[in-house]
Parts: sequence; structure tokens; C-alpha cells
Amino acid sequence: MKATAMTSENQSRHSQSDLPYVLILKPPPSFLLFGDHFLDSSKFQYLKAYESPLPLPQFLQEHAQSVQAIFSSGLAPVTAETIRLLPRLGLVVTTSQGLNHIDLTECRRRGIAVAGAGTILSADCADSAVGFLIDVLRKISAANRYVKQGLWSSQGAYPLGYKLGGKRVGIVGLGSIGTEVAKRLDAFGCSISYNSRSKKPLVPYTFYPNVVELAANCDALIICCALTDETHHLINKEVLSALGKDGVIINIARGPIVDEKELVRCLVKGEIRGAGLDVFEHEPDVPVELFALDNVVMSPHCAVLTTESFEDLGKLMVGNIEAFFSNEPLLTPVSLDG
Amino acid sequence: MESQPPEERSQQRSKGLPQVLVMKPPPLLTLFEDKFISSKFQLLKAWESTLPLDQFLTTYAGSVRAVLCSGATPITPRIIRLLPSLQLVVTDSAGVNHIDLNECRRRGIAVTNAAGVFSDDAADAAVGLLIDVLRKISVADRFVRHGLWPAKGDYPLGFKLGGKRVGIVGLGSIGSAVAKRLEAFGCTVLYNSRKPKPWVPYPFYSNVHELAADSDVLIVCCGLTAETRHMINRRVMVALGKQGIIINVARGAIIDEKEMVECLAHGEIGGAGLDVFENEPNVPKQLLELDNVVLSPHRAVFTPEGFMAACDLVVANLEAFFQDKPLLSPLIHE
Repeated sequence: MKATAMTSENQSRHSQSDLPYVLILKPPPSFLLFGDHFLDSSKFQYLKAYESPLPLPQFLQEHAQSVQAIFSSGLAPVTAETIRLLPRLGLVVTTSQGLNHIDLTECRRRGIAVAGAGTILSADCADSAVGFLIDVLRKISAANRYVKQGLWSSQGAYPLGYKLGGKRVGIVGLGSIGTEVAKRLDAFGCSISYNSRSKKPLVPYTFYPNVVELAANCDALIICCALTDETHHLINKEVLSALGKDGVIINIARGPIVDEKELVRCLVKGEIRGAGLDVFEHEPDVPVELFALDNVVMSPHCAVLTTESFEDLGKLMVGNIEAFFSNEPLLTPVSLDG
Repeated sequence: MESQPPEERSQQRSKGLPQVLVMKPPPLLTLFEDKFISSKFQLLKAWESTLPLDQFLTTYAGSVRAVLCSGATPITPRIIRLLPSLQLVVTDSAGVNHIDLNECRRRGIAVTNAAGVFSDDAADAAVGLLIDVLRKISVADRFVRHGLWPAKGDYPLGFKLGGKRVGIVGLGSIGSAVAKRLEAFGCTVLYNSRKPKPWVPYPFYSNVHELAADSDVLIVCCGLTAETRHMINRRVMVALGKQGIIINVARGAIIDEKEMVECLAHGEIGGAGLDVFENEPNVPKQLLELDNVVLSPHRAVFTPEGFMAACDLVVANLEAFFQDKPLLSPLIHE
């Protein structure tokens, strides 16, 4: 905080006109949960597009000269059109783990820096993925339902689940989340293999050059990669067939990485053993066929979020923006190199 | 030979294989009957007789040296007295609270259980239940399954696992397996046991109350004995605190269930994951309504692989006994 001799009224008029603007397109979940001032900073101010009656393109044109940074929670896409309307834009920050809502190509072209969630969310994502795997294999949610419906005393024993130890787990995308998943499942006695864009020389896990081979050699596939043009519908009929009827799939990444229609068909027909899904192709709509299945565990795209992570993310986000406006290195820059 | 009534079979025993008394078929026998056909022993199936148990034992089990039991067939002092030749009790379970260990010790009767084979699966279940309660997986699943996502939009937010202080009650084979897993999640492990274990890297607490006061989570992994009955009482739960979580994969009676239900209903603890209860299969009705409680019908620790391994272990112990070889999993009386 810089010391100043100004009075508080002058100071506030002074700072309001001086503080750089950060554009927010849609209210982030943290505002909804913790209030509008959750992410306040003394070094910049927010320009809330959603509070304006103007349609977005018009709003952007009106404020084109003031906006130097955009904060996106992931709910609002940062498209090429938006970027083009903001000639002074130098930074896009997001609290989302995924980056597919930001036009990274346009950012690269314009020299706009992007800052993300770093590895703050990786552990929480990994915890969820493992939680889902245990749940599907050991039928935890299904058994919970059974007991809560009073069926234990009336109908007797519930079917057994499947052992986790010794299962061959295939991780699709061995980035920060995939690595955290591997570390955890190692402790459960699973054997880990993976597919990634490139082989990682220093990891002790078996690499498979494509997802079909990975699936053919696994009992469970855990999707931990980003959604890109290459990974759209990566998990398709061929992969699911290779995974087989004893196979389980866990997706905490992005819905469109999986051919959802095919996945649903396989689950309904018993062509795979089960699935744990936090993400779907058309959220919040979930295929209704899944609601009747006991071998599926679902959550409403919240697997990454914990109460504690909001605070950590908020601080990180504000820290990135403050660093940008102070011409200091970003805390968690995202590499835009292809 | 299997179709003969037990009385006739027992008359043949001096000509045939030594007998293992079974009062009621344990779950393993029902599931894997053919695994129990052995060249070293035969089963004396008391339940197939029309005689009341005591009379059956007095008439036919006088020279029986081994008995195969499970939780449903307690080995009481009375039963032991009716078996003057008894030298071995084999149970198919990890728990031994249904066996009168004092009487066995007094008579020099060896006891084997199946603890080791279930440890990993029990630990997996304990961690699974913990993640579920903390991250509200079952709650979220119900939210989606009931079509609430498009309508309500907001979601049930959970709590972070990493950094949580987890107090393990009983650091035996199950407790150690739990600890190993939770370390990979970034939890801090603490424990209470009958005696400290200086070779483990976790801080030891001499009583459960102190452990609870210093923990965010308690995971019950110990055996049920006279000392541990209702060990997790109201005082311990209040010490655990309003955000505290209890996971029980051991025995229901280790927790004062009535008090736990009160604490959960009044928000004095944050949640629970329970595979076992005081009066199975009856579960206190209030628990059925609570979203911060995940329930399992005493199944969570079992897998088909675990059962088969238990079967193999039971048969191996019996065969070793009848060949005068060392038992594979004898209970060490501490």
C-alpha cells in the first residue's frame, strides 16, 4: 500500500480513475457463494459486463480503451470476437482448470498473456477421480442408496464390489492432475500406465502410444487431459470396446472428450462395467438413461471444487492480475506454445 | 459320502479323515463349498442334524479337535466346555470378538482369523467412504440423478482432503494400510493404539479423546474388545468437533451409536461414513435422512477376491493343523 497525503475522498476519486480495469463477463461462482467483493484488490477494479443492459459487443466497444485484462471463471467463453474488440487487452486470467473456453490461438496472435489455476486444483481433481473409482468399483453410492431406502433389513445382503488393488489403471493425459492420480493409486496397489501426447522419460509408468492400446491393457481409464480439437471424442466406440465389459471409465476432465452417446449405449448394454462422470457433453443436461443405472456415479461438474480451494484460487487470481499491472512475472502463466 | 446323515458319517470318523465341527455354515462355505473339500479333513455339519446343538455336540463332537466358525456362530465358554478335545478355532472373519479368547487361552486352544487378507480392501473402503463424505460424492450423485442440476444449478460443495489431520484408531494391518493411502493424498496421519509403535513415522496419542481433539477425521480400524466397546463416546465426538468426520469399518459397538446419532443430528460432528452398526442389519432411522452420512451394509470391505483369499487361508490353516505344521495366521494373544 503506497502512503499518500490525500484525503480519503480525493483518494477514492483518484484511485477510481487511476485503477486499471479488469473485465468480468459473467459472475464467477465465488461471487455467488462468497459475495461480490470476494476478489477485490486495491491495485485494480472490476468492470462487470453482466451488470450492464447493453448487449456484449456494444458494451465492449464502449469500454474498449479501458480494458487491459479479462477475468473468466470458465462460465463465460473468451472468444476471438471479444478479444478483437479490446485493443488494449494484455491478460486473460481464469480460475478454471480447463482452458478450452479461451481462444488461445487469438491470444498467441495478439501477444496476450494467459494465467491459470496452476496446480492448485490438481490435488482436488485427483482426489475426486480416485473417489469416483472407488465408488464405482465398490458400489459405495449405490449401497448407500440401498441402505437409506431401508432395503438392508428387508432384502438382505447387497452385492459385493470389486477389488481395487492390483487393477491396471490407464491415465489419459499425464499432466499435473494425471500425475496426482497416479501417485494416489500407486498407494492402493494399482499398476499405472498412461497415454500422453509424448512419452515422459522420467516417470515409472508404462507408456502406450495411443488410447486404444491403453484401454485394451487396462481395467480402468481415467480421463485427465485437456479438451482440444485432437481430444474431442477421443474416447470413442473403439476405445470403449477395447476397454471391455470389465472396464471402468472415470471422467473429471471435459464431457466432449468422450463420445457420450456411445458411452451411454455401452453402459446400458453392459458392455463396460461402470463409469464415474463429473462432466458431460451438454451440461447441465445428463442423458436420462444414466439415472437408472447403479454402476454409474455422477456429479454436477463440481469435482474440482472444494470450499478451501475457492480462497486459494481467489488469492492466486488476484495475485496474477496485480503482478501483471506491476509489470512483474505472472504467478501461473500458461504456455501458449503449440 | 456327503449325502449321509452326520451321525453315520461321524461313526466313520475313526476310519476316515479328522473332523472339523461347523455349527452353522459361514458365508464362505456357502459361497465356495468346493474349496472346503480337502484330503486332510472333513466337515462335521451340526446344522444338518435334527438334534439340538448341545446334544449333538455331546454325542458326536467329543473327539473334535477343530471348529470352523464365523460371526454368526459365537464360540462361547459353554460351547468350548462341550468340546473337550478342542485345540483349534478357525474363523473366516478378521474380527474375533465372537470368540471367547480368555477361555481359549485358558484351555490352550489356538485361534486363527483372516485379518491379513481383508486389510487392503478394508483400507480401500475406509478411504472411499472418507472421500465420499468429505467431497459429498453420494450427495452430488443423488442431485444429478433426481434431475436437479438443470433446475437448481448450484451444487453441494465439499471439503478438501489434502492437509486434513486423520486420526487412526488402531494401527494394525488395516490401520497401517489406511495410513499409507492417506499419505499419498497429503493428509497428516496420527494414531492411537494399545501401545505406541516406535517404528512408524506418525505421532502417537495415548488415548482416543486426545487423538480426536487433534484430528479432523477419525478412522476406526481396531478390534472390538471389552476395552474398545463404546470407546468412541460423546466426549470423544465433541472433541473431534463440528467439522469432524468419523469413518467406521471395524465394528459398530466401538462407537456409542445412540450418542453418535444425536451428535450427527445436532451438528456436533460434521459427518460419518459407516460400514458397521451396533445392531445389524438395523440402522438408526435418523441416519437414513442425513446427507452428511454415507452408509454401507457391512459390505464395504469385502470383495470376491478377498473372500476367496480368506477361504484359501481358512483351509490352509486347517490343513496345516492336521499335519502338525505351523498355523498360517494364528492370533497372538497380547
